[in-house]
Amino acid sequence: MKPLFSLEIFYAICGLVVLAVAVGIGRDQAHPTRWSSAAFWFLFGATFLLGKLIPPFATGCMLLVMVALAALNRVRKSEFTELPKEVRLASAERLGNRIFLPAAVIPALVVVFYLIFKWVKLPGERIWATDPTVVALSLAALCALVVGIRLTRSTPLAPLQEGSRLLQTVGWALVLPQMLAALGGIFAKAGVGAVVSDLVSSAFPTQIPFVAVLAYCVAMALFTMAMGNAFAAFAVITQGIGLPFIVQEHGGHPAIMAALGMLSGYCGTLCTPMAANFNLVPAMLLELDDKYAVIKAQLPMAAAVFAFNVLMMWALVYRF
Amino acid sequence: MWKLIGIAIVGAGFAFRLNPLLVVSVAGIVTGLVAGISLEDIISLFGAYFVDNRYMSLAVVLTLPVIGLLERHGLRERAEILIRKMAGATAGRVILMYQTVRELTIAFGIPIGGHPGMVRPLVAPMAEGAAQAQHGELDDASRADIRAHAAAAENVGNFFAEDVFIGVGAILLMKGFFDGLGLQVGVWDMALWGLPTALAAFAIGWWRYRALDRRLAARAAVTVQNERENAS
Repeated sequence: MKPLFSLEIFYAICGLVVLAVAVGIGRDQAHPTRWSSAAFWFLFGATFLLGKLIPPFATGCMLLVMVALAALNRVRKSEFTELPKEVRLASAERLGNRIFLPAAVIPALVVVFYLIFKWVKLPGERIWATDPTVVALSLAALCALVVGIRLTRSTPLAPLQEGSRLLQTVGWALVLPQMLAALGGIFAKAGVGAVVSDLVSSAFPTQIPFVAVLAYCVAMALFTMAMGNAFAAFAVITQGIGLPFIVQEHGGHPAIMAALGMLSGYCGTLCTPMAANFNLVPAMLLELDDKYAVIKAQLPMAAAVFAFNVLMMWALVYRF
Repeated sequence: MWKLIGIAIVGAGFAFRLNPLLVVSVAGIVTGLVAGISLEDIISLFGAYFVDNRYMSLAVVLTLPVIGLLERHGLRERAEILIRKMAGATAGRVILMYQTVRELTIAFGIPIGGHPGMVRPLVAPMAEGAAQAQHGELDDASRADIRAHAAAAENVGNFFAEDVFIGVGAILLMKGFFDGLGLQVGVWDMALWGLPTALAAFAIGWWRYRALDRRLAARAAVTVQNERENAS
């Protein structure tokens, strides 16, 4: 099924926004690490624009340079002069609740676009190649931007400046989710999953039905923590532990096992810095001094949901 | 066994708070070398996977310009003002309300929310505004505590209610996995058995956000007491 459009157009826009950050830093003479920071954002922007055009080895080398710049602490943020609180309050007063309009446009349009992309099919073709969520969100954000510019009567450059300010707040951590996804891919290629499931299945006496459940859920959570991604864990751990012990040895129900097993994996996602897009980037985005503050808030919840999942699976999986 | 060295490097690197980008690169290179992949191929793999996963950064990069623009014009301040007018609003209740909406919408497959689009500009300022209306000026620790829980509500709501909907990636992935092995497992079955966890996540959220409210009240009481002692 050939899709009508690909995501490349959004990657190009994204790349231009990131390049604008680099240009802004390059022109900022007061920036503490002007040229190295500009280089970092320039290379990141280039991976968006050129990703599919240049060989992966070239992208890999660019990544190594970016990593080196970040590791040497040469990527920092500009000294932004923030508007005084009174000015922002006055503006909030003047615009009233209309200021929420562009922010509300995003979820509203996400729903609309999502449903369109999901269900409307041209003859034999999907409109978009990939996950409609990503496309819907990208389009909705761009529409909200137009509404926002009109509402605040700003120049089109203003959102680029403000976006640059926020992107620099997140800083090099913005690259981390993609780097971790790459690491997960290398782990999978190297066969790390098989080793983990062998270890867990040999450490637990899985002939006891409850232990089989516990081993499966623990392995799902642990492997997800190591990979930062429950989807990557699911196939490996279900094949290595779930199917042989819960389904084949004890006659458990595969749908119950799979559903609760995946949700146990999500408990692992809440506890690991490897899931940077969920745990570390938000901490930077909310300007928390402790990068692990979000994980710490999530730990008790993850532990409680995990215990619930194990008990539910034990109570249900052998009954249906 | 040696293949696990990457996990050990990541664990140690994060524990010693080294730069995560450096830790991840070293872990990937070492794991690849141990598994017999050449250095050139490892660098190419990093490049290829990095490009394949560009979608992960798309939402953040494309949402932040409009959010930044609105923040400059007082979005966060307005959110605080709005919540102060609501009687009975507390930080914990605002956050629980958000988690509930997030769970209900995602359970029907509607992907609204997100840290850049909702939590930073709206949920966190509203929760902080509610706490300020209740306890007066907040100290930095309280502010950080509120923000961390607002970010957590986004994740908890999203993760644990998501699999109730059959169209979601996780359910389709599980279905594909079982299909590949020739096992008949229904998508509705898997979605149904996800429901109890979605309800449990709501109850657990209620417990944790109530604990947050109590912590905030306790901290405010200490501050008031200190001020009184200083005054007398």
